[in-house]
Amino acid sequence: MTLLGRGVAGIAAAVRSKEASAREVLAESLAAIEQLEGELHCFHTVMAERAEAAAAALDEKVARGEDPGLLAGVPVALKDNMCTKGTVTTCSSRILENWVPPYDATVVTRLRAAGAVVVGKTNLDEFAMGSSTENSAFGPTRNPWDTARVPGGSSGGSAAAVAAGMVPLAYGSDTGGSIRQPASLCGVVGVKPTYGLVSRYGLVAFASSLDQIGPFTLSVADSALGLEAVAGHDPADSTSIDRPATSYAGLLEEGVEGLRVGLIEDFVSEVSPSCAEAARAAAEALGAAGAKVEEVSIPEVLHGLPAYYVIAPAEASSNLARYDGVRYGLRVGGPDVAAMNARTRGAGFGKEVRRRVMVGTYALSAGYYDAYYGQAQRVRTLVVEAFARAYERFDVLVAPMTPSEAFRLGEKTANPLDMYVSDVCAVPSNLAGHPAVSVPFALGAEGLPVGVQVLAPALGEGLMYRAAAVLEQAAPPAARGPVRPGGERRA
Amino acid sequence: MERISLAEVRHVAQLARLQLSDEELAVLQGELSSLLDHVEAIVALPTEGVAPTAHPLPLSNVLRPDVPGPCLEQRDALAAAPEAAEGRFLVPRILGEAP
Repeated sequence: MTLLGRGVAGIAAAVRSKEASAREVLAESLAAIEQLEGELHCFHTVMAERAEAAAAALDEKVARGEDPGLLAGVPVALKDNMCTKGTVTTCSSRILENWVPPYDATVVTRLRAAGAVVVGKTNLDEFAMGSSTENSAFGPTRNPWDTARVPGGSSGGSAAAVAAGMVPLAYGSDTGGSIRQPASLCGVVGVKPTYGLVSRYGLVAFASSLDQIGPFTLSVADSALGLEAVAGHDPADSTSIDRPATSYAGLLEEGVEGLRVGLIEDFVSEVSPSCAEAARAAAEALGAAGAKVEEVSIPEVLHGLPAYYVIAPAEASSNLARYDGVRYGLRVGGPDVAAMNARTRGAGFGKEVRRRVMVGTYALSAGYYDAYYGQAQRVRTLVVEAFARAYERFDVLVAPMTPSEAFRLGEKTANPLDMYVSDVCAVPSNLAGHPAVSVPFALGAEGLPVGVQVLAPALGEGLMYRAAAVLEQAAPPAARGPVRPGGERRA
Repeated sequence: MERISLAEVRHVAQLARLQLSDEELAVLQGELSSLLDHVEAIVALPTEGVAPTAHPLPLSNVLRPDVPGPCLEQRDALAAAPEAAEGRFLVPRILGEAP
């Protein structure tokens, strides 16, 4: 078995016990990237030299008898919207094509402190706006299960890199499904934590009341470690939850005996037969493991998507005002500042980003603010309250993750709304700030992986992971990565 | 009949500081209109007396102790600027008059 094949926990244990060196593990990761990157295009930047120096430093630390950290020697990839001091951070945008941040995101600092070795920055839809990675200014990522298909998005590079076995752990950001949807399409575990659990300091902002960073892994246990390593209060993020970080690893064996589980039927009817069947089978599997399972209707969740497509663009139009050609990024000159701003932004933003900035600006403009933005915020309250009522009766909820298996490149690019619908089951968790995970659970009618979603109330990651661990046990191993490009299983 | 006029689209592009071609403005007119159609599903929902949610956490006025600490050096803050001079960001003229 390869070192990478041991997963996050296995690698950290091997490096800690000196059975393997961080340099050996890194060499496997860099070799896999070298071999597969041409077909998949997961990465914008591979930081080989810097990673080698970090791995060597970690090996010395182990040799000195010091604690190498929770993620000792684990190669990690980061979505290219997380700031890395001294390494270009593009957000897949022409406007930041050459931007080198002057500081590290808190997650980067924490990962390095935990002994992880950052190997590179992954592809995404520009500024995390999209569900296929096709909105990248630097070309799409391809799904390792079928390279004619998208990996999902916006964190498609991170999802595909884990699915293809290039790295055992990658991080993405989830504003409206951007971790969970690509996780589902790539057959990996993807978690959007509770809003405020992971610091957003140094995460390039898209929609600040929704954005949250989380891990991609091949297994639920590895996900729990990947979340633990980056979670916890950060004074640099004023929206960070001020309570001590917890470990989830010990909870995974607890099972679901006696837990009350609700299957959200409103989502089941929104998705393909394969995806609906997977969600039903997942609910049954939890029932077989001792949970009390019931179907539940929460009709408000279907208001989530239209509310999201007002709130997220509104926040984005405000956040992206900073790209003005003055302090960093692209500048296209003009006779005065206003012309320079408009030319820079017109040239630097891609089509989807321009579209969302326009929608958001419209929704916030005089005369429309209350009808659109104000109303969407009130509908957000309805979604939050509906979840609160559901969680009086249930400990966790189960739902389909995506409306379909991975779609073909170009299939949904003509009509923006077709793409937006990809996240119908995902966005309510962002609106409520709740945690949710996509667990690979089945192969669909097209032979591609289908994820199932477990939702939990705020700070319910422990319950979420317990249910996810049971689903993982019940799922066929063929439904999850790692796979070689084309879908053949990797050793 | 589109839900939003071309003049409105042009006005919003100005508010958003986006220079767009006439062709793109026309495409956006159609796309914004169909998105607004989709959003119409919630515009009509009864929400009288419902408080808006701006944020998932009940937070207000998060402050840190007023203690000086390290911060970004001026040269680092200016390093990525398209143009800088004398420790400042340099921009084209802001007011209407000639320099």
